[in-house]
Amino acid sequence: MIKNRSIASIDDISEDEMIEIFDLTEKMLSALESQKKLTPMAGKIMATLFFEPSTRTRLSFESAMNRLGGDVIGFSDVKSSSVSKGETLADTIRMAESYSDIIVIRHPLEGAARLAAKFTAKPIVNAGDGSGQHPTQTLLDLFTIKKEIGRLEKLDITLVGDLKYGRTVHSLLIALARLNATVHLVSPPTLRIPHHVLSAVSEKIDVTESDDLSKVIRDTDVLYVTRIQKERFPDSEEYQKLIGSYSIDPDVVSRMKKTSIIMHPLPRVDEIRPEVDTLPQAKYFRQAFYGVPVRMALIMLLLGGEF
Amino acid sequence: MDKTLLISKIKDGTVIDHVKAGMSLKVLSILNITGRENLTVSVGMFVPSKRLGFKDVLKIEQRSLERSELDKIALIAPDASISIIRDYVVVEKFSVALEDRVIGIIKCSNHNCISNTKEPIRPEFFVKSRNPLVLECIYCDREMFESEVLASL
Ligand SMILES: Nc1ncnc2c1ncn2[C@@H]1O[C@H](COP(=O)(O)OP(=O)(O)OP(=O)(O)O)[C@@H](O)[C@H]1O
Ligand SMILES: [Mg+2]
Ligand SMILES: [Zn+2]
Repeated sequence: MIKNRSIASIDDISEDEMIEIFDLTEKMLSALESQKKLTPMAGKIMATLFFEPSTRTRLSFESAMNRLGGDVIGFSDVKSSSVSKGETLADTIRMAESYSDIIVIRHPLEGAARLAAKFTAKPIVNAGDGSGQHPTQTLLDLFTIKKEIGRLEKLDITLVGDLKYGRTVHSLLIALARLNATVHLVSPPTLRIPHHVLSAVSEKIDVTESDDLSKVIRDTDVLYVTRIQKERFPDSEEYQKLIGSYSIDPDVVSRMKKTSIIMHPLPRVDEIRPEVDTLPQAKYFRQAFYGVPVRMALIMLLLGGEF
Repeated sequence: MDKTLLISKIKDGTVIDHVKAGMSLKVLSILNITGRENLTVSVGMFVPSKRLGFKDVLKIEQRSLERSELDKIALIAPDASISIIRDYVVVEKFSVALEDRVIGIIKCSNHNCISNTKEPIRPEFFVKSRNPLVLECIYCDREMFESEVLASL
C-alpha cells in the first residue's frame, strides 16, 4: 500500500504497487470515458508548488484532482511566491502542509522532492526535479506501453533525442532497468546520456548507444522521442542540420514494425513531422491523455480514497 | 650491519595505523597538517603489513583527533586503527568506523543538488559499497566514487 507515502522517484513504487496503480487507472479511464462524475476526493486539497514553469504537468495534476471532486491550490510563478524573498524549500513545505492534504512539487534542483518529504508527514509527489526524476511521467509512459503494446516485459525500446538534459528519459530508464528491457539510446554526440545515469542501469540491462537511428528502428517496439532544444545549440545552422537527421517522418515510420508505437512527452516541435500523427504507430496524444487517469489513480491511492 | 632503522617513539600523541596504502598524505591534509606546525610527525608509506599487504602509518606528536576527522579518515581508510599514546604507551586503541550513512562530512558532487543550498539539512549519503567506495546522495541519487570523495575532503 502506498497510502501516505511520498513519491520522489519511480523506485519508490514497487512492482505490485505499480500493478495496483494501473488497475485503478483502468477504472479511472472508464469513469472518464463514461463521463461519470466522481467525488471520492471531496473535501481534500492538493497543493501544486511549481518552482519552475510547466503547463502540461500542472494542468494534468489539477485536472486529475478536480475530476476526483477535490480542490487545488498552488503557484506556478516563483516571482509571485515567497521563494523570491529567499524562503527555504523546507519552510515553504511546512507552510503548504498546513493548507493541504497532498503536495505536488516541481523544482529546478535535483533532490527537491526528497528534501520536501523530510519536512512533512503529508505525501509529496515529485513532478520533476532538475534533470533528475519525473515519476508520474514515467508511470503514464509505462501505462501507455502496457495499454498500446499489451505488455511491459521483453521490450525493445529506443530513446531518441536529448538524452542529456531530459529528466523524462532518466526517470524512464530507471524503470526500464527494472523491467529487463533492451534499450537503445540514440542522440547527437553532444546530447548523450550522462555517465551517472547510464552507470546506474548498464549493469542490469542491455543498453546500446549510438547517433544513428536507422540501425535500431526495424526491431524496436517503442520509439520514445524527446525534444532537442534549440537553446542547447549556440549555432542555429548546426541545430537545423541536426534536427533534420533525427526528425521522424513517414519514411522513417515505414521502416518500423506494424505493431510498434511512437511516444513523446510533448510538447513536440520539429522532432516528429505532423504527417506522422495519423499513422497507427503515433501514440503521443493518447499518452498525454493517459496522464490524467494515471494521476487520478495515484492521488486516490496516496490519500486512501474509496472508489 | 644493522638492517633496521628505528623511528623514535612519541611521548604523547596519536598513531594512525593500518591506513590504506597511498592515503597517508590525504590523511595529513584532512588533519590540516602541513609540516609547519612544529609537531613531530613520522609517516610510513607502503609499509609491508600482514593484514593489508601494504599499509601507510602516521605517528603524530601532541595531537588528538576530533570526531569529524575520524569520520573523514574512515571514508578513505576504513581499516585504520587509532592509538592514543601517553607517556610512550598506548592508553587507548580503537578502529575508525564507516557507518551505513555518511552525514555532514562531504558535499554532494552534483552542483545542481538541493543539498548544496541553504536548506536546513546536512548532506547525507548511503554507503553503497565500501570497497571500492561508492556513496549515493539520499537527495539526488547521484553516486560518488572514491576519486570524487577524495576531491571533496
Ligand atoms: N610510543 C609510541 N610511539 C610511536 N608509536 C607507537 C608507540 N606506542 C605504540 N606505537 C604504535 O602504535 C600502534 C599500536 O600499538 P600496539 O602496541 O597496539 O601495536 P600492534 O601490536 O602492532 O597492534 P596492531 O594489531 O594494531 O598492529 C603500532 O603501530 C605501534 O607501532
Ligand atoms: Mg602492528
Ligand atoms: Zn545530491
